[in-house]
Amino acid sequence: MRDVAIASFAQTKYVRNQVELTEVDMIIPVIGDAISRSGIPKSEIGFYCHGSSDYMAGQSFAFVGAVDALGAFPPIAESHVEMDGAWALYEAWVKIQCGEVDSALVFGFGRASMGKLRETMNLQLDPYTLGPLGIDSISLAALQARALIDAGKTSERQMAEIAIRNRRVAKDNPNAQVTGDFEVEKLLAEPTIVSPLRKHDCPPISDGISAVVLAAGNHIGRGESKPVFIRGIDHRLDSHQLGGRDLTRSPSTKLAGERAGVHDGPVEFAELHAPFSHQEVILREALGLGDEVVINPSGGALAANPMMTAGLTRIGEAATHIAAGKAGRGVAHATSGPCLQQNLICVLEGE
Amino acid sequence: MSDKEPVKSIITPTRTEYTYTPGPSAQRSLRALARGKLVGEICPSCNQVYYPPSGACARCGVATRDEVEVADKGTVTTYAIVRVPSENIDLELPYCTAHILLDGADIPFFGLIQECEWDAVRIGMRVEAVWKPESEWGLNAENIRYFRPTGEPDVPFEQFKEHL
Amino acid sequence: MPERCAVIGVGQTHHTAKRIDVSQAGLLREAALRALEDAGCQWSDIDAVVIGKAPDMFEGVMMPELFLAEALGCVGKPMFRVHTAGSVGGTTAIVASQLVKSGVHGRVLTVAYEKQSESNAMWALSIKIPFRQAIVAGAGGYFAPLIRGYMQRSKAPEDVGIRVALKDRQNALKNPYAHLKFPDIDFDQVANSPMLWDPIRYLETCPSSDGACALVIADEKHAAKAPKQPAWIQATAMRSEPTQFAGRDTVNPQASRDAADELWKKAEITNPREEIDCCEIYVPFSWFEPMWMESLRFAEEGSGWKMTYEGATALDGDLPVNMSGGVLSSNPIGASGMLRFAEAANQVRGEAGEHQVPGAKRALGHAYGGGSQFFSMWVVAQDPL
Repeated sequence: MRDVAIASFAQTKYVRNQVELTEVDMIIPVIGDAISRSGIPKSEIGFYCHGSSDYMAGQSFAFVGAVDALGAFPPIAESHVEMDGAWALYEAWVKIQCGEVDSALVFGFGRASMGKLRETMNLQLDPYTLGPLGIDSISLAALQARALIDAGKTSERQMAEIAIRNRRVAKDNPNAQVTGDFEVEKLLAEPTIVSPLRKHDCPPISDGISAVVLAAGNHIGRGESKPVFIRGIDHRLDSHQLGGRDLTRSPSTKLAGERAGVHDGPVEFAELHAPFSHQEVILREALGLGDEVVINPSGGALAANPMMTAGLTRIGEAATHIAAGKAGRGVAHATSGPCLQQNLICVLEGE
Repeated sequence: MSDKEPVKSIITPTRTEYTYTPGPSAQRSLRALARGKLVGEICPSCNQVYYPPSGACARCGVATRDEVEVADKGTVTTYAIVRVPSENIDLELPYCTAHILLDGADIPFFGLIQECEWDAVRIGMRVEAVWKPESEWGLNAENIRYFRPTGEPDVPFEQFKEHL
Repeated sequence: MPERCAVIGVGQTHHTAKRIDVSQAGLLREAALRALEDAGCQWSDIDAVVIGKAPDMFEGVMMPELFLAEALGCVGKPMFRVHTAGSVGGTTAIVASQLVKSGVHGRVLTVAYEKQSESNAMWALSIKIPFRQAIVAGAGGYFAPLIRGYMQRSKAPEDVGIRVALKDRQNALKNPYAHLKFPDIDFDQVANSPMLWDPIRYLETCPSSDGACALVIADEKHAAKAPKQPAWIQATAMRSEPTQFAGRDTVNPQASRDAADELWKKAEITNPREEIDCCEIYVPFSWFEPMWMESLRFAEEGSGWKMTYEGATALDGDLPVNMSGGVLSSNPIGASGMLRFAEAANQVRGEAGEHQVPGAKRALGHAYGGGSQFFSMWVVAQDPL
């Protein structure tokens, strides 16, 4: 496999409701920032790929508008996935492995504020058997959290502590949306939204965009920050039918982690895309991450959860952490689907 | 298996609501439209004038900002006569949609042509906007009801064939 | 070194207005199982699955691949979803081929589909955005002015579109999977069919269909063991440009010309008209045949219509186009691009049945989407490059 590096990362500040700007208004500065930091002239970017969802934007073919932000003339080699931007990165990585291009811009965007997220996510379920039940995204996560508690793998207290840690470290993340110092007892005294989940166990609803430039060959090392190499990347999927799997485990994360070579070297930290507090417990177990592994130096998805790009943001944040010299090797994770159905693992390492 | 009819389909009605954001450029343009003006925006990179403005020059991938007024008159660069109903369109059939290159703009936009026989519509025809009464103007593209022929001589195809 | 890769299995469903006898999963499995059988493969032989379809609102399910994964044997495997508007079926096949070409996987199943009968595509395409004027009547309303622009530029005779439609509808009679079949179709029937979006007539228009298409793409090692002739993927190309910008040539978009130029270069083709034996291209409205013939460099600008007129694009012409009956005869939107790619593959495999072009060794598969702005194409052949 060719060496592929993350050359740059850029993102918006994540907010509850970006009502001022269109998606194109939001995308232009972020990709401009990512390209300029990469040190690769725009005319030399070989491939573009982004992730977004029509159902987030409330419009068929919503992704088409994003092309308006790219300055796509002369025409560009470009693709789109109806997935988190992390999978757009995967497609670009494959393209680079084919030897067809040496650089790529990938991004993801979502504006969950446009619709009613809990209801929108219901439309992601099997339309014959699950969707008509009317179950929403928080209720699904609550089923999983309950199963995990009943299995003795976590507790409401531990979940609150996870939320507290993520939002505390997020104080150092200027783009995070929910940050601060919280006390366990006070949080546990709050009512549940859907038992056993309380507000602090759930991610915020976030509007935002993030972008990554990938570099290979001669493009490596042209950027502002040190290149961070993708040492392994893989993604796997579990059954969609919640009754068809053990919700307390994530076999797809485990398998993707093995295939990506998570433990081929020391894991110093991990950026886990765990929108709900209890999911961090499941992911840690699946990846075999011990107590010595720092989890979510950025504050993770509990601090900001931009739909369709929260996974790509984990990869970008992990690369930034390594490029800044704060760690040498780490793992980034992205998820999609109800209760961690689909998972991507990306192992990153500095020079 | 029973002898009952198989279940071949179920209907699940869904309803989702969205709030759309026009963005700063479209807002400026809509406010101008409510004053009876067509205001486009210029690309700072290629100097082309966009109407209606979307906030970006898609050719260059840069934001547009400087406003410029364009005429409510223009040239039909191509057109279609629609004779089939469409769920979202409340117009009497048939009707004519045209690409209209407004004087002062560098990109045609979709407009309706009326007050004209269908077989008289032609490429190169000059047209002008017919507005609703001023009392009915709002923050809406529908302030212009349609375009109609001006009677001016046609513009030769060569002059706008790059703007179809 | 990039791996050589080939299509070793092709499958599709019968395309029809409403497939109420199967679920979405059933529809996909029908195409997938046929492709697996054609490739001599089992589900367990497949390393990854790539799914493509057009907008989610056409079926009313957000990211439906998540619930379809199990029916396609994806559990524990990588599953990927592509959406690039009408070109998606082609792009999906390209993405799948790159998973093999890159050496990441040995055998990949790719499936593209649309099952519009489960939602309301007309509704999905006509969601009213409050501050925008809604006067464009669907795809026909969008493309009709572009076709008129081509007619004006090329000075083509007015019956070119009728001749294309007649040819494609006659070809469809030889395709057991085609949706629209008019057994006694003739010139007058097409000419006298109602104008929908003048200059586009009813019989010059594609239907909307339920249907799916699947391919198995394999590396050299696995292709060598395939039971049938593989279709070697010699080159792929993709290009995009924005829907609207000042100076855009919407009739013959540069993205189309650039993609074609890259494709021919990669396939080491200098004279496509001589070196390609047949083409299956995306023609949702009949006039797009001459338009794309020019854009793809098979004809000089302004003279693509002569190929149609002279019969060059007929099944027995020197460059047969849309042997299967094309998009005009079957249009499950998300799968339509892959059906083009699949037909090209089947032609060079000698598996095209009654609409086989004798001796076809090298073929073009082509798809486009959006406002004539997304293009994907491939060249497949009996031998690797």
